[in-house]
Amino acid sequence: MEYLAGAFAVAWIFTFVYVLSLVRRQRRLEQDIAMLRELLEDRQRS
Amino acid sequence: MGRGRDLWMLGLDSVAGAAVLVAIYMALVWVPDAANLTTPTERAAQHIFYLHMGMNIGAGLGYLGAFLVSVLYLLTGRRIWDMIAVAAVELGVVFGAGVLATGSIWAKPTWNTWWTWDPRLTTAAIVVLVYVAYLMLRGALEDPARRARFAAVYGIFAFASVPLTFMSIRWWRTIHPVVIGGSNAEAQGAFAMGPSIRTAMFASMIAFAIVFFALLAHRVRIEQTAEEVEQLKEQLA
Repeated sequence: MEYLAGAFAVAWIFTFVYVLSLVRRQRRLEQDIAMLRELLEDRQRS
Repeated sequence: MGRGRDLWMLGLDSVAGAAVLVAIYMALVWVPDAANLTTPTERAAQHIFYLHMGMNIGAGLGYLGAFLVSVLYLLTGRRIWDMIAVAAVELGVVFGAGVLATGSIWAKPTWNTWWTWDPRLTTAAIVVLVYVAYLMLRGALEDPARRARFAAVYGIFAFASVPLTFMSIRWWRTIHPVVIGGSNAEAQGAFAMGPSIRTAMFASMIAFAIVFFALLAHRVRIEQTAEEVEQLKEQLA
């Protein structure tokens, strides 16, 4: 039974870590876009 | 990104989550133990098979998908195919590593070892390394057009390692069970696949296929957002 529990734990840790990495990457890029748009607007205003 | 697309992706995520719950229930509760396995440890460990086969589908879709979109990229030069290719390869590597990990955990109670240099295990590990090299190659090339072209050519040639792995248990003497399309008399840990085991296996494979497409949609969106960042940087330069 411990091998079965181990396999499921490994699979879900893999999935969780990967999904977390996707969320972080997407969030970081969206922050970059917001910052770059602000810079672009500042430049157009000045 | 559009609100319609967000809703569509949320729907796909929900379907994937529900499908995984059904697959887990079928693998752990609904399906009976394999009748021909003798020890309780082996019988419990056999349930890892459903997880292992699901991950196999995820990895296979990643490698096959990368091959197909690489061909499409070389034919059309459209950037979206390159984005899907890198997303598919990354998922192929994640699921491929999952296949190796779950297989290794199953092997310990069944073969009494975590790892052996069996043709199937060796070729499966090589496939993962070949696709890790794909991701490293992309990281080493700066020019996006050149990177996409090289990656597409690599993605096409890399796929040759996938049918080799699939056929390895049919061509060479191996202890790995042949699950689909045959049985190997020498396989240790093989089990008779009755209708309930087959149903649970296909449920797991379908669930992981849906999970694959849900994750692929998210990963492609990251590529598209990254391209938007690059375009904004060019405007500022």
